[in-house]
Amino acid sequence: MKIAICLRRVPDTTAKIAIGPSGVAIDEAGVKFVPNPYDEYALEAGIALKEAAGAGETVVVSFGGDNVQETMRTALAMGVDRAVHLQGTPSADGLANARVLADHLRDGGYDLILFGKVAVDDYGQQTGAMVAELLGRPCATAITSLVIEGGTAKVTREVEGGVESAQCSLPAVFTCDKGLNTPRLPGLKGIMSAKKKPLDVVPTVAGAAQVTVVSLALPPERAAGRIVGEGAAAVPALIAALTNDAKVL
Amino acid sequence: MADILCVIEQRGGAIRKGANELLTAARQLADQSGGRVDALVCGDGAVTGVDALGAAGADRVLTASHAAFGHYAPEAIVATVQSLAGQYGAVLVAATATGKDLAPRLAAAIGAPCGMDVTAVSAAGDAIRVVRPVYAGKAIQTLDLAGTAVVAVRPGAYPAVASAKAGAVESLAVPAFTPRLTVTGIAAPEKATLDVAEARVVIAGGRGLGEPQHFGLLEELAAAFGGEAAVGASRAVVDAGWIEHGAQVGQTGKTVAPELYIAVGVSGAIQHLAGMRTARTIVAINRDKDAPIFKVADFGIVGDLFEVVPALTAAIKVAKGQ
Repeated sequence: MKIAICLRRVPDTTAKIAIGPSGVAIDEAGVKFVPNPYDEYALEAGIALKEAAGAGETVVVSFGGDNVQETMRTALAMGVDRAVHLQGTPSADGLANARVLADHLRDGGYDLILFGKVAVDDYGQQTGAMVAELLGRPCATAITSLVIEGGTAKVTREVEGGVESAQCSLPAVFTCDKGLNTPRLPGLKGIMSAKKKPLDVVPTVAGAAQVTVVSLALPPERAAGRIVGEGAAAVPALIAALTNDAKVL
Repeated sequence: MADILCVIEQRGGAIRKGANELLTAARQLADQSGGRVDALVCGDGAVTGVDALGAAGADRVLTASHAAFGHYAPEAIVATVQSLAGQYGAVLVAATATGKDLAPRLAAAIGAPCGMDVTAVSAAGDAIRVVRPVYAGKAIQTLDLAGTAVVAVRPGAYPAVASAKAGAVESLAVPAFTPRLTVTGIAAPEKATLDVAEARVVIAGGRGLGEPQHFGLLEELAAAFGGEAAVGASRAVVDAGWIEHGAQVGQTGKTVAPELYIAVGVSGAIQHLAGMRTARTIVAINRDKDAPIFKVADFGIVGDLFEVVPALTAAIKVAKGQ
């Protein structure tokens, strides 16, 4: 089983966001960057599937500037076999970025291509399904379970008011949601061996973007609230505020 | 550009709620340039609610019937939209679980840019301009999409406005397609609970609850709201396994915008605040008067949640006439 996991480098979810001088991107000064949390479910799924199969290869692929190499080392430390850095500049156009990934993955002989369901920076939620469409492969997004038997994959995904079940043949593309698994933490041995694992750099150029970022702004601040009181004795004051001021009861 | 196609979601032969909101967004966009709104309904036979789409703003309703549409059939919908897309300036879907799956497939198939989970959509010259929360709501991004754009509109962003249009129903042939993914069914969840993303009231619990079984207190408070409240949670308690991950509110969970959000024993980590800051009214109950949650709360009670919550539950029951 040959498995590709596509990885994004994103600001840590605890990071405070400030707008950079361009007015269309964040100020990266002092911001810690981490592997996209949802991509960690994809990494865990890929590593575990290869372990269970007892044979095959896992490859982490990331499109971006040179700083994605550090992020991919974390994936290698978790247990991925090798890394491919598609060196270039992603744009705000998810489809242009997806084309870069699809062009690289098309002839790679991958049985599975895995993504996180969403990157917690731009929340585009589109790259995985676009890559699948561009490659003409079956795809399920935001999966919370994955079972592979023979050449068939069975998945579930949460939809409003229920859990949808689906199946398809391999090769296939899936995007992974929380609940799929519990990602392993890299151990010391993994971190040491990650330094020696192959990391290939492939220069790439994305096509023209059809998307322009007009602006990036902080959301309006909430007006200051008030403490209505202390302990259970404050409940009548809260009920009054919810009834008369907020009118939500 | 001008004309807009709305892909309307149905399940089990009935239009899903949210169709009228989507048509409202489409109507406002089309009216900017005097365009038409067409609604596409893909079903396995007749779909209930098709006749009402005109009153919600659809000039035409295109119905595509195929056995594959008994469940969500992405390849069949993509093929159907692809056969029409050249006529439209934008294709709109609701940013539901299904819509978020469909939108990027459509965009890739027709070579269009995709605006995901947008809270506002308008025409800006030849482009489609969308506004959308990024960094889980810590920032707001405005994008211009060139050419035919695929736009997934966040549920709740456009309150439905009635707009009486003809809504003439025309049937449409489904072009040939190659099914790749087979949806086999939808199972109801084990507990029939309201989704935090859809509830009018969200009661969220954090580490201050101390133990998983104390979520029972929040369930009792939610029940006092009589079926319009859902129980949510912070990441800390979801990661600790106290409650299922579907309940998580925040940057790696769900973004919610209920009318009332009651945070109980939630300190208010930045990634949690990102997921609930657009709630209309926020109430915080916390023992620590310096907890960050009080900075975003409209009303706060400093105190022991084990005393405050039962008292609040009793008071809500009285207010609701139970």
